[in-house]
Amino acid sequence: MVKSTSKDAQDLFRSLHSAYSATPTNLKIIDMYVVFAVFTALIQVAYMALVGSFPFNSFLSGVLSCVGTAVLAVCLRIQVNKENKEFKDLAPERAFADFVLCNLVLHLVIINFLG
Amino acid sequence: MMERGLVRFLFLILAVAICGAASVFQPISDSHRSAALDVFVPVDGSYKSLEEAYEALKTLEILGIDKKSDLSSATCENVVKVLPLSSSTLKDALYALSVNGILKCKSGEDVPKDIVSKLQTGVKEAKLLLDFYYSVRGLVLVKEQFSGTDISLGDAEAVFRSIKALSQSDGKWRYSPNNPESSTFAAGLAFETLAGVISLAPSEIDHSLIQTLKTGITKLFDSIQKYDDGTFYFDESEGPISTTASVIRGLKSFAASESTGLNLPGEKIVGLAKFFLGVGIPGEAKDFFNQIDALTCLEDNRFSVPLILSLPSSVISLTKKEPLKVKVSTVLGSKAPALSVKLAQALSSGSKGSSVINNQELKFDAESATYFLESFPKNFDVGKYTFVFEILLDESANEKAYITEAQTKVPIAATGAITIENAEIAVLDSDVGSVESQKKLDLTKDEAVSLSANHLQKLRLSFQLTTPIGHVFKPHQAFLKLKHESQVEHIFLVKTSGKKSELFLDFLGLVEKLYYLSGKYEIQLTIGDASMENSLLSNIGHIELDLPERPEKAARPPLQPTDPYSRYVPKAEISHIFRIPEKLPAKQISLVFLGLIVLPFIGFLIGLTRLGVNIKSFPSSVGAATSALLFHGGIGAVLLLYVLFWVKAIGSVHDSKGTVFAGSVSVVRRTQNTVSPRSSIEQAEICLKDIYSSL
Repeated sequence: MVKSTSKDAQDLFRSLHSAYSATPTNLKIIDMYVVFAVFTALIQVAYMALVGSFPFNSFLSGVLSCVGTAVLAVCLRIQVNKENKEFKDLAPERAFADFVLCNLVLHLVIINFLG
Repeated sequence: MMERGLVRFLFLILAVAICGAASVFQPISDSHRSAALDVFVPVDGSYKSLEEAYEALKTLEILGIDKKSDLSSATCENVVKVLPLSSSTLKDALYALSVNGILKCKSGEDVPKDIVSKLQTGVKEAKLLLDFYYSVRGLVLVKEQFSGTDISLGDAEAVFRSIKALSQSDGKWRYSPNNPESSTFAAGLAFETLAGVISLAPSEIDHSLIQTLKTGITKLFDSIQKYDDGTFYFDESEGPISTTASVIRGLKSFAASESTGLNLPGEKIVGLAKFFLGVGIPGEAKDFFNQIDALTCLEDNRFSVPLILSLPSSVISLTKKEPLKVKVSTVLGSKAPALSVKLAQALSSGSKGSSVINNQELKFDAESATYFLESFPKNFDVGKYTFVFEILLDESANEKAYITEAQTKVPIAATGAITIENAEIAVLDSDVGSVESQKKLDLTKDEAVSLSANHLQKLRLSFQLTTPIGHVFKPHQAFLKLKHESQVEHIFLVKTSGKKSELFLDFLGLVEKLYYLSGKYEIQLTIGDASMENSLLSNIGHIELDLPERPEKAARPPLQPTDPYSRYVPKAEISHIFRIPEKLPAKQISLVFLGLIVLPFIGFLIGLTRLGVNIKSFPSSVGAATSALLFHGGIGAVLLLYVLFWVKAIGSVHDSKGTVFAGSVSVVRRTQNTVSPRSSIEQAEICLKDIYSSL
């Protein structure tokens, strides 16, 4: 078994970073959006852990809104990705429209659940 | 008809109740005077009709109440209006003249010519008894009131005969020749009318006619009715008061008009007087008038004036040593002639037949006009008695005018202080009868005796009661009450045998009756009697009973009756149970986290600028740019809407108090806090109202 060192880790991150630089900007935006949504969700979870879960339905809707958005954004990324041959026939506009529609449906539910 | 029957029935019940309650008759007194003012109340200074006015004025005049000045102006106006009127009926004319007799609206020489001629033709043309009555009585009144007239009936005897033709063989009269129905009330009217005819006649009426009339009166008295207490009355569809009053009025007028004198049975005349006195105070004006008018006729007549024996108090207290007082007066309470009262007998209700006092004459005190018996014999004990009085008129001349009852029986209660001796309460062992614990009692005050017993023991309570002269006294009521803590009560009678009053309670035989309820029982003793001045209700103390366990099948103690008024008491206040509000963090902490939430978004925006987002493809042509802006603006507007909603700027509810914001954070949170999931829609409504009003 190869002994891992901090150098290996640095190499790993460097290669990852260089490989990621090649990613198209629109995908990077989606990635950042996902990170933003996940962080927002994390802050809410931290709030619940530290302060309390009341009102619980508000907490649930907040977290699920973030997670749902993140999932939808991931889906969008899959469809928009040029290298993904599976969706090569799908236009990016169509994918974005799906994303918006799904978001609307999701948030309609979320708002009603908010209480 | 039915109504009248009912009234008569009620009257009978009333009369029986009065007679059953007391057979002591008091003469007319101040209570009648004060009641008269309530019964005869004029409306706007006068009465509804002249008949009512006459009855009221006559009654008030007899009772000595002067209200003439208050009533005269309005009533006289009526009289003056009616008298000369040819259209007024005979009845109106008669009552107008009657009122005039009291108020003296018109008098002297001023004879109302019209009315005299009207009455005279009335007499001539009359066929019915009432027409004869009104017109003849009217003429008599004119003769009495107006000095300047000399009215006389030329054909008096013919009129007399035609009225007499209406009489029946049993002494009653018919109202009209065609109607075979006879009436006692009509007989009274007929006597009055005939008396009027006799007084108006220029020469004397044939004696044989008057003699047959007298036999008719005697026959009429055969149909008189009687109560057990010696009261007599005539009864008919007009009611006993009206009928009897009518007969007495007729007899008085008839006796006054002729000289030979009426011989009526004295016992029945006294009975009639007692009947009117026994009525008490009638509530109706008509009955009141009839009662007072009839009593006046009895007070002042030419056949016989009844004397009434009355007692100020029918209770003699042996401890106070008060004398027994007796008064003798006429029915209206005026002084009786010189006479002596004798106590013939004093019958004890307990021992039949034996008389304690015999033939004792009562002393007379002229100042208070009272006869009194000062001392009672030594053997006069407490109890109920019937005293028999006899009245003896002093002068033989008076015996003709006055009549008394042969014997007046009056129920008397003699009261005194009863001595209570040797009162004691003891708990005994059942099998051997030995005394376990014994306490002397003083029953005149409450005591706090504390006893304890089990179901194998007995309770014995004994005391001795003696009358002031040392006889054994047997009280009417003597009972012991045991009251359990749970308010279940048991009452036991104390029996008097020989000298002692004694009560044995064998708890073994009583366990079932006591519902096997062990515990503290309060003991209460009641000794009471009408002739016992020191009747008592004494709390002796309590007894701790140790009874066996209640078997399954034994009866449960009955539920104590609840106070029937308790259902009108306000109900207990409903206290609503609400969910305890959740603990909320401090506002600052929540705001800090709100700020933290914004941080990733800021990071996202920074990231976007770092990436150098390409917005070159944002449409530049006017049409496309507008629609793109509208699209983004629309999304922004939706978000803005959420924000505004969040900060209470929109979403208002209209209500009578104005417009308030609904759905705002605070409202939502408060409704969550205060409305429990189980509360009804009304409660939720109240809750919301409360919230709106507080906003």
